[in-house]
Amino acid sequence: MNPLSTETLYPVQNGIGNMVRTLFPESAFYINTLITISCLLLLVSLLPVFLIWLERKVAARFQARLGPMRVGYHGLLQSSADGLKLIFKEILKPEGADTFVFFLAPVLPASATFLVMAILPFDHHLQVADPAGGVIYVIGISGLSVLGILLAGWASNNKYSLLGAMRSGAQMISFEISLVLIMLLIVMVTGTASLREIVLSQQGTVLDWWIFKLPGLGIIAFLMYMISSTAELNRAPFDISEAESELTGGFATEYSGISFAMFFFAEFVNMFVSAGIASTFFLGGFLAPQFGLAFIDPLLAFIPGFIWFFVKTFFVIFLYMWFRWTFPRLRVDQLMYLEWKMLLPANLVLLMLAGFFLAMGWIL
Amino acid sequence: MDLQPVNKFTSDSNGIPEGFSRTGSSGRSSEEYFLNMGPQHPSTHGVLRLVLRLDGESVLEVVPHLGYVHRGLEKVAEGQTYIQNIHLTDRLDYLSSHINNLGYCLAMEQALEIGIPERGEYIRVMVSELQRIQSHLLWWGVSGMDLGAVTTFLYGFKERELITDIFEELCGARLTMNFFRPGGSFADVTDTFIPKVKNVIEIMHKALAEYNTLLTGNIIFQERTKNIGILSKETALSYGCSGAVLRASGISYDVRKNDPYSIYERFDFDVPVGSIGDCFDRYSLKMKEMAQSVRILEQAVTHFPEGPYRSQQKAVYKLPKGSYYSQVETARGLLGTYIVAEGGAKPYRVKFRSPSFSNLNVLNELAVGHKIADVVTILATLDFVVPDLDR
Amino acid sequence: MKQTLTHEDRQQNSPRQACCAYLLKIITGFVSLLKGMGVTIGYFVSPKRIVTQEYPENRENLQVMARFRGHVSMIHDDKGDHTCTGCGICEKACPNGTISVLTTKDISGRKILGQYIYRLSQCTLCNLCVESCPFGAIVMGKDFELAVYHREKLTFILNTPQGERE
Repeated sequence: MNPLSTETLYPVQNGIGNMVRTLFPESAFYINTLITISCLLLLVSLLPVFLIWLERKVAARFQARLGPMRVGYHGLLQSSADGLKLIFKEILKPEGADTFVFFLAPVLPASATFLVMAILPFDHHLQVADPAGGVIYVIGISGLSVLGILLAGWASNNKYSLLGAMRSGAQMISFEISLVLIMLLIVMVTGTASLREIVLSQQGTVLDWWIFKLPGLGIIAFLMYMISSTAELNRAPFDISEAESELTGGFATEYSGISFAMFFFAEFVNMFVSAGIASTFFLGGFLAPQFGLAFIDPLLAFIPGFIWFFVKTFFVIFLYMWFRWTFPRLRVDQLMYLEWKMLLPANLVLLMLAGFFLAMGWIL
Repeated sequence: MDLQPVNKFTSDSNGIPEGFSRTGSSGRSSEEYFLNMGPQHPSTHGVLRLVLRLDGESVLEVVPHLGYVHRGLEKVAEGQTYIQNIHLTDRLDYLSSHINNLGYCLAMEQALEIGIPERGEYIRVMVSELQRIQSHLLWWGVSGMDLGAVTTFLYGFKERELITDIFEELCGARLTMNFFRPGGSFADVTDTFIPKVKNVIEIMHKALAEYNTLLTGNIIFQERTKNIGILSKETALSYGCSGAVLRASGISYDVRKNDPYSIYERFDFDVPVGSIGDCFDRYSLKMKEMAQSVRILEQAVTHFPEGPYRSQQKAVYKLPKGSYYSQVETARGLLGTYIVAEGGAKPYRVKFRSPSFSNLNVLNELAVGHKIADVVTILATLDFVVPDLDR
Repeated sequence: MKQTLTHEDRQQNSPRQACCAYLLKIITGFVSLLKGMGVTIGYFVSPKRIVTQEYPENRENLQVMARFRGHVSMIHDDKGDHTCTGCGICEKACPNGTISVLTTKDISGRKILGQYIYRLSQCTLCNLCVESCPFGAIVMGKDFELAVYHREKLTFILNTPQGERE
């Protein structure tokens, strides 16, 4: 297979993008950017609706149930109906709440996830922007959602919210460290911080994906990424900031209507983003899986890259759901123990080993 | 209009709510605060209200407030006939209503010296054990959910449904059974009862293994429950705990074994005993109890006799003057029924000694020093039913 | 409080043993998580294990148990007759005052049933009235969809052929 070109023609280099370029050579960049952003907005607004339905369906199947069945085919329109209901619901503000902060808080996680979506490489040259320091951008922006949760807990004037927010703050800040260290590992071995180039570094067969490279280390890094990103997403078994059975609703206790929906939607888009990054870093992103078999490889390569990206991303999302509907929740101090006494040292060791492997040329 | 909050703490001049020790108990420099948990809270299983004195996440003191479903059942019982009172006992601990019925009927039988036919006794034992398994299955599902594993809730209910169906076929109700009567039960078992029980036995063997793989063996679950809420032998005895809460602390006391009622002395079963008295011990004890109940069912199914199911019934039951006491082992522990009779058709006084009430009282002893999440774990393993607390 | 005994009483003597125990715990813990995931995926991949019943859709096939205790109803034969004599035993047996048996007199001066009033709103469905009836005139009905919008609709006069609502 010929290596894909690394030349940068942003935002899109496909049929539509090139057509725009020939028709309006001067303003092509801006038109293409507008097209991509509108597509992305559409995706961001439809994705949580689909993911919530998926989550409910998958959860139901894990629990020997059917899940939503009534609204639309197998309940496909259920979450749209729920979303519509949330939009029309009254937005309540508790007495004594800090009004400005209370209504600002849900906007932050929602916008943060949208910003990260902008640099996800959906396909080769299907990406709003590919900054050279893409990884750093991801880390920086995803910190905003922590801020939203902290503000929500603080502004709600409710002890449950405050406890949830404080737990969440401590948790996300801690787990961000190991998340960053794992990203650093990939950046170290690939030598680039651009998400698209990280994908391009995995060209070849399936064995060239980072999950299978660096004998043994790749898979461990992937597992550790899954653990820390689950914690970063506030999903079970690390959902201590919501912890329904302890804190009723955690940081979102006092939210209703559309402001609750924004938290909820952000959570699901965040899951997609996190899974997308996992597939970019470890599973070859938009690259078609190649097994070195002549009869099936061209067939797989024929399927467009963005489909492969979605397949891989939804596989990781399924893993998140599988964790959530199997495990009990950790306690707050056990969570900290896991991060600071187990994951972080393991991460550092992993990083050192990877450096050693790199120096010895054992990348495979 | 100046609206006063309805649910305000009644607190003294220091701002310490009702029921707490007056002095600051932490001795640390950080600020204490009070958190109201319930009566509307997902993990207090009904309308139990706890007020926690907290230092950050650490619990310094817990004060439970009861009485949100107090219906005055003991007083109501004074105005009703003995037979009518049986259906009140359904509403004590609604998860072991058959066993509650049995406890009340035993006291009446003791007073009136009524015998029970062989088949009636077998029905009683089998139904009681099915009820115990059913109650434990619900408890298993719900305590998993309290710890964040929502799936256990559905799995527990899946198997529980089989037993509830048996009860529905047997007496027409799924929760408030009102099945036992002095001298037996109001109806014989149906033809499908024994095959259905055999089916439950078969399924429970598989289900218990699955539950142990899913939850008991899970490292997160073990970390969450081991060494949490340790109840010492002495404390357990001094608070009058019973059931799995007492046995987990290392005291082997089961009414079925130590003071056998019905025909429990004929069955071969073990009373599992814990050693430490932490949440994990209480949990695993209940899992073992389910296996023992299945064992009793297996024996009962093979020896199930033919014959009458109820001895000759009377038009009106009048207990002779005196006081009568019976105790049974419900799914939660020792249920005592005390009846004072004046000779008429209605009791002078009925007193229920409910297991949940005594078991919940140890909450403060267990929860101090642990985290908020552990309070939920401890509540789950204490396994109380709020209507049983309040009566 | 005397709380000395814990689950970690198996003391690790040397640092090496402690390290081994630590690593062993991680591995066994990880395996236990995988086992749990195996249980749930087993349910995920086998649609046969789904237990959900879609209720209003399966109303046709629902089987109500023969002894199901719905609400009290009076048995009427083909001619619309019942066997209730108006003796009032069920009224006495009821713990909640759910039943009122109002009697009247026929031409010969014999006491007969006038109206059999049953208030479902007060009924605990305990079955005591049915048990006490010496003539087998009443049974527990098999309806379970008993919710109505008005409280008045919960009071029935049972001694009419269809058990009409008052």
